[in-house]
Amino acid sequence: MSVLLNVTDLRTQFKTEAGLVKAVDGVSYHINHNEIVGVVGESGSGKSVCQMSTLQLIPTPPGQIVNGQICFEGKDLLKYPANGPDMRKIRGSEIAMIFQEPMSSLNPVMTINQQLSQSMQLYQGLNKSQARKRAVELLEMVGIPAPESRVDNYPHQFSGGMRQRVMIAMGLSCKPKLIIADEPTTALDVTTQAVLLELMKNLVNQFNTSLVLVTHNLGVVARYAQRIYVMYAGRIVESGTTKEIFANPRHPYTIGLLKCVPRLDEDRSRKLVPIEGLPPNLINMPDRCSFLPRCPYRTDRCFNEPRPGLFSVGEGHEAACYVNMTEHLQSRSDKPVEIKSAAPKVAKAEKAKTDDTLLKIRNLKIHFPVTKGLLNKKVAEVKAVDGVSFDVKSGETLGLVGGERLRQDNGRAQHPEAAGTDRG
Amino acid sequence: MKTLIARRLIEAVVMVFLTTVMVFLIMRFLPGDPALVYVSQNEIDTATPEQIAEIRHKFGIDKPIPIQYVNWIKDLAHGDLGRSVISNDSVNDEIARALPRTMYLGGCAFVLSIILGIPLGIVSAVRRGKTADLISTLIANVGITAPTFWVGIILILIFGYYLSWLPIQGWVSPSEDLWGGISHMILPVICLTVYPMSAVARQTRSAMLEVIRQDYIRTAWSRGLNERQIIIRHALRNALIPVITLIGMNIRQIFGGQVLIETVFNIYGIGKLSVDALFSSDYAIVQSVVLFMAIVVVLSSLLVDLSYGYIDPRIRQD
Amino acid sequence: MALENTMTIQKFAEAPPRISSTRRLLRVFMGRKIVIFGIIIIVLLTLMAIFAPWIAPYDPNAPALMNTLESPSKAHLLGTDQLGRDTLSRLIYGSRVTIIVSVVAVNIAAIIGMTLGLIAGFYGKVINVIIMRAMDTIMTVPPILLAVTIAAVLGGGIKNVIIALGIAMIPPYARMMCGQVLSVLKKDYIVAAEVGGASNLRIMLSHILPNCFPPLIVLLTMQVGRAVLAEASLSFLGIGIKPPDPAWGSMVSEGYQNLMIAPILSMAPGVAIMLVVFAANMVGDGLRDALDPKLRGTL
Repeated sequence: MSVLLNVTDLRTQFKTEAGLVKAVDGVSYHINHNEIVGVVGESGSGKSVCQMSTLQLIPTPPGQIVNGQICFEGKDLLKYPANGPDMRKIRGSEIAMIFQEPMSSLNPVMTINQQLSQSMQLYQGLNKSQARKRAVELLEMVGIPAPESRVDNYPHQFSGGMRQRVMIAMGLSCKPKLIIADEPTTALDVTTQAVLLELMKNLVNQFNTSLVLVTHNLGVVARYAQRIYVMYAGRIVESGTTKEIFANPRHPYTIGLLKCVPRLDEDRSRKLVPIEGLPPNLINMPDRCSFLPRCPYRTDRCFNEPRPGLFSVGEGHEAACYVNMTEHLQSRSDKPVEIKSAAPKVAKAEKAKTDDTLLKIRNLKIHFPVTKGLLNKKVAEVKAVDGVSFDVKSGETLGLVGGERLRQDNGRAQHPEAAGTDRG
Repeated sequence: MKTLIARRLIEAVVMVFLTTVMVFLIMRFLPGDPALVYVSQNEIDTATPEQIAEIRHKFGIDKPIPIQYVNWIKDLAHGDLGRSVISNDSVNDEIARALPRTMYLGGCAFVLSIILGIPLGIVSAVRRGKTADLISTLIANVGITAPTFWVGIILILIFGYYLSWLPIQGWVSPSEDLWGGISHMILPVICLTVYPMSAVARQTRSAMLEVIRQDYIRTAWSRGLNERQIIIRHALRNALIPVITLIGMNIRQIFGGQVLIETVFNIYGIGKLSVDALFSSDYAIVQSVVLFMAIVVVLSSLLVDLSYGYIDPRIRQD
Repeated sequence: MALENTMTIQKFAEAPPRISSTRRLLRVFMGRKIVIFGIIIIVLLTLMAIFAPWIAPYDPNAPALMNTLESPSKAHLLGTDQLGRDTLSRLIYGSRVTIIVSVVAVNIAAIIGMTLGLIAGFYGKVINVIIMRAMDTIMTVPPILLAVTIAAVLGGGIKNVIIALGIAMIPPYARMMCGQVLSVLKKDYIVAAEVGGASNLRIMLSHILPNCFPPLIVLLTMQVGRAVLAEASLSFLGIGIKPPDPAWGSMVSEGYQNLMIAPILSMAPGVAIMLVVFAANMVGDGLRDALDPKLRGTL
């Protein structure tokens, strides 16, 4: 496997009213050919900024890439002027990006065809009709039904999942060597998420493309990525193969992240452990480990010594932490936080079930009329909620789950009583 | 889309109707008895009460107000706007004389304000913070600040008195004497253009700045397009949506400006006609002029609504 | 519990760096030199209007037929008009008309317009249609012409000019207020208040009104500039306060008669109008950026 993209000591900063935000503060990583790499971190950890820096898509001002090298097939992309012809060529034919918000990332006043084919006409020498044909093929490839007619639709005529498919088609359209997907499924429904990730994985394999999967969801990377970079407060705090990181996490932050992932295969009595505290303010950070205030394993050394750099903790596995986690994990048997409180709580909840019912919903129907014409004649009805019945008992937590977001939203907005049931 | 047009058309008709009611009511409150005005204007020295009653009857103002209104509407439907109590001319003729001047001036100012204002706003947004932005922002900010009539006076002072380049008063029809017409139009058109152009430039600038921060513009950059393609094909159309609203409002603004500018340049157009008529309680003219302006404004806002549909597919759909 | 916690973490993570909101407001508002310039002009103008009798070197209405149309000199900094009155003194006294008319008219318009907008937005349906159509009707006539017409109906005088301008400027407030109410009504906290059993009036006064204020304050400031322009236009046309009392618009108009001989008579009041309108606009822009940057473009 050869290196496709090599980033060294990247630093991106934003000038804000409150001060200088070091959003990306000395990050080095690499992506190999035909590889899926996960970049994981909370919102605000700098993972998106880091990826946008690669294509120099940082809004300047206030943002600025102040240092670093981004070598793509031997060319340093940062040597190119941000929106100059060289950089545009890279964007148009080498590296594609799929953004987080499918709702707002497509131009509302242009048809899908116009948005897809413009770049293909520019960088693949296609004429108008060839580009259109190619656009139809791409839409078909990403699983959009009736692509010949859909290609002339506008974004608002697509659902969120479909729009993200269009974004993926866009990403593929330039036949890139690397696709950067910035939280591609975060804004979507769980079921759609899985379908789209699977689709992306297949397409990437099919076209021999590398994929950077930026996400805050460790579950996503576990399944698709071969290697993982964990970012915290603008730095990479741990990196390694997916297997290694899941089996043998070495940074307290990674461990924290792993603990907040709910798993169905486990006993419900296992408590989800939140990472206490807030991510640090990236302005004027002291030269100490940035995770220190939230770290349950911190030692005196962490307070006294400067910020730890990445050092090797295993084969291809690096972490930026002074604490030897292996010892910790063995001696305390994977339970740094006590779970005493969890068991009685469950018992209490179960007991409470027999108690009085707080809310009884019987055969709830919420229909919205679809009107047409001058006189608002009713032509149809959307049965948003159609005969729903359930009870909520005191002390119980009830989940309402569904694939169609609309139903819950409407129930919530118009009838707050119904929303109460979600909260239990 | 068809439903939308039909709905807007009906609304437009309702608006015009409401305006006729409003105009009519305001006119009846105008001080001064039109009959007496007529008497004094026509130098009938010794008007007997019978003569006055006759005059009142002639102008139809001896009847109760609702009947007067119905009669007015009836006449309107026949295309008869009534008679001026001052000149005893038909209002149709008065307006027909004044209208072309107002339309020439206003039309030119309207078109110029768009074709100058939008590029000014774009340049200023795209070169934000640079010299080009500072200059065009300055122009725009001064433009919405300077009183229209005062701009006229300055232009007269510079180009008329000091430089003697252009005529400063009156009107020559461009269809009779092309250069004479144009030279008489230049200064008033500049005055009328300044404010709406500046407003359009300001609006375009801020809409553009808003649009170029949007995610879809970032997407366009990530596709390797260049600045020109992004500004023209991806950003402008989105930015135009609020600008079009403003352009619709500018028609009112220009009409309003004409009331002043026609006075400054002594051009007998609709604006001057209406002010003079107001001062002399010649309400037949005032109500016709106001009604005419209302119709133009309603029609133009109808056009604005339709052009939303053209620009924004989301509106076209429902 | 646990999930809730992680959610708060995320929420806070997205929040911008925390600094006190009043400080931020002041910083943005005062951050631009041009805004400070605007504030200074407005303060100076107000002082000038209040202390006019002490500042003005001459009686603004006293004719001196011996020295008419004098050019600027030490005795008369801005010269004299066709009746020999001191232009500077008239300019200083004229600021009173400008301030009173524009501020009072804008406030009348704001109070009436906001009330109408609030009612229209809150009760919706038929009431909304009636009120908003009425506003649209007013808006079909160019504001200047409407004000001229109303002033002609009511007769001249400062009071009637204020009423005329006040009526002509109602619609923007009603429209904006209505829009604000409609958007606020959709928000969760209003639904929460409704569910909590709050009465209509209570919801209107304690929940909706405060949330509508930022854009309305901005609109108010912006409208002051427009009112100054409109007042000047009316007095230029000869409507408004009666001669010999000075108003800037009528001074421009009087000066126009003698443009060749004494251009300063027209220029000076024109510059004064421009300065004031510019100042009001800049303060409005500054307020907008500080209070509600999203309004940029709509106002």
